[in-house]
Amino acid sequence: MLSKDFITLTGTSLWTHKLRSFLTMLGISVGIAAVVLLTSIGEGIHKYVVSEFTQFGTTIVAINPGKTTTMGMSMGVFGTVRPLSIEDAEALKRLPYAKSVVGFVQGNAELEGNNRTRRTTVYGTGHDFPVAFSMPVRSGKFLPDDDPNSPRAFAVLGSKVKQELFGNLNPLGQRIRIGGDRYRVVGVMESKGQILGFDMDDTVYIPLARGLELFNREGLVEIDVMYDEGTNVDQVVKGIKRILMARHGREDFTITTQQQMLDVLGSILDVLTFAVGAIGGISLLVGGIGIITIMTISVNERTSEIGLIRALGAKHSQILSLFLGEAVVLSAIGGIAGLILGVGIGLLLTTAIPALPIHTPWTFVILAESIAILIGLAAGVIPARRAARLDPVEALRAE
Amino acid sequence: MIKLENIHRDFEVGDQIVHALDDINLEIQQGEYLSVMGPSGSGKSTLLNLIGMLDHATSGSYYLNGKNVTELDEKQEAETRNKNIGFVFQAFHLVPRLTAAQNIELPLILAGIDPSIRKEKIDKVLEELNLTDRAHHKPDQLSGGQRQRVAIARATISEPSVLLADEPTGNLDTKSGHDVMKTLESLNDHGITLIMVTHDVALGDRSKRSIKMVDGRIESDTLS
Repeated sequence: MLSKDFITLTGTSLWTHKLRSFLTMLGISVGIAAVVLLTSIGEGIHKYVVSEFTQFGTTIVAINPGKTTTMGMSMGVFGTVRPLSIEDAEALKRLPYAKSVVGFVQGNAELEGNNRTRRTTVYGTGHDFPVAFSMPVRSGKFLPDDDPNSPRAFAVLGSKVKQELFGNLNPLGQRIRIGGDRYRVVGVMESKGQILGFDMDDTVYIPLARGLELFNREGLVEIDVMYDEGTNVDQVVKGIKRILMARHGREDFTITTQQQMLDVLGSILDVLTFAVGAIGGISLLVGGIGIITIMTISVNERTSEIGLIRALGAKHSQILSLFLGEAVVLSAIGGIAGLILGVGIGLLLTTAIPALPIHTPWTFVILAESIAILIGLAAGVIPARRAARLDPVEALRAE
Repeated sequence: MIKLENIHRDFEVGDQIVHALDDINLEIQQGEYLSVMGPSGSGKSTLLNLIGMLDHATSGSYYLNGKNVTELDEKQEAETRNKNIGFVFQAFHLVPRLTAAQNIELPLILAGIDPSIRKEKIDKVLEELNLTDRAHHKPDQLSGGQRQRVAIARATISEPSVLLADEPTGNLDTKSGHDVMKTLESLNDHGITLIMVTHDVALGDRSKRSIKMVDGRIESDTLS
């Protein structure tokens, strides 16, 4: 059979039952639209979250005190953890590929300034912080590069804290109290907004050593090492381990690379995308069952026609492909309609709710259409095989 | 030429075995005009289906144009049927959504013949059967006689050697039936082997050779 004839025969057969064909296609369309839309939203959220995470760059390695281990007995002296100290952070600066090393200590303290009081997050950190985390200063300067062990009592305000305490007044040079100690305001940060739920503007930055003292801590919460792009992560991790183990005597710290964090995050988000995709997949399955139903009815109705074309010399394979062809055409056209529907609704949603991240990768589009065609094939197989296997004598007798 | 040797066709009905064809031996020469008569259930339709390779013998051999077709596989069988055998049914069996011309075209489409050759053949057969002005009508816009003539055109478009007609006038009034018979007989005059199943005695008498079947056996085989 020539392919043109194949298309004509399939087409006329579907065209004869316009409403039925349309409804069957609609079933597949809704399924494909649901899958495309839901996975697009999932993918959009994925991209959104990852970009939130990577706005500090991907070349960050975080070091936290303590190592997660389980032992069968008391770990005794081996179980003790030496805190990460300012000296440790200073030592890490000697790594050749370390662009900047920023130690952290974080806590909550009361602020007094301009006769107002506010309880807020206080970060003890180093002078490298704005460069390392690309958080620019709006006015004034960030903390100066003082002696790390006895820095001057300077503070930098987040934009919200500045607004709350000083309103429209210029806070630079003003004196404030943090947890009872006096500080001088040297700068105000650019507004950054929320990052994964943390309000970066409702913070105050003070020197690391003063932070330790304020919160009465013996060690840092975290040290972040930014390394040069193009340097192998493993090499960085190795270098950090070498230096810290030389200082601590053993590995009593945990190194987490940004890449690891991204991998974990990525796999969580992939599960999310997969889960919403699977929900859409259910409607696709229903659409597939619709095709099986319609094709089964069609084979029943056309039993005598099948008998006839067998008598005219049609092979099993030709009948099989004719019915499979109908199922595939239904699902393929339904799939395209579903893609248009899904992407269309996605665009509408983006226009209506700009905050909702929607992203439809081209691979999804191609994948969805391939899945639609595969569903058509799978759904068509049972009815088409039944058609091909009909006994022509019996089939001709059917009316 | 058709040659049937010791053909048996058994059906299982419940736990009983029905011998629809019981040791049939039959030889039909190319260009013969044969009618198969007999009461209902005598096996005449089964015989026709078997000759048309729609049904298969339980045992025995069937030679078509000197070739043992009982040994063919499904694909070869379909091809042989497409090229050598034409069917005309009592119920016409036209595909309702296709036009007269498209219905006639079906065997050529299945054989994968080029559209330009198809067009030529169809125009010719439409003219011969006086259907040219009906070519683009759907079956439900045609009269019974016209429908059967379309069916005959379809059965002969591949120029088969054998034309099998199962009660071809059964659904037609006398005049249309007469026209259809004339058409079939003129095709026979041009050399096609015509085998017709009927229980209309007047129709059966028109053929040169007539076999009568009873209980799956050939009871008589007469030349007139």
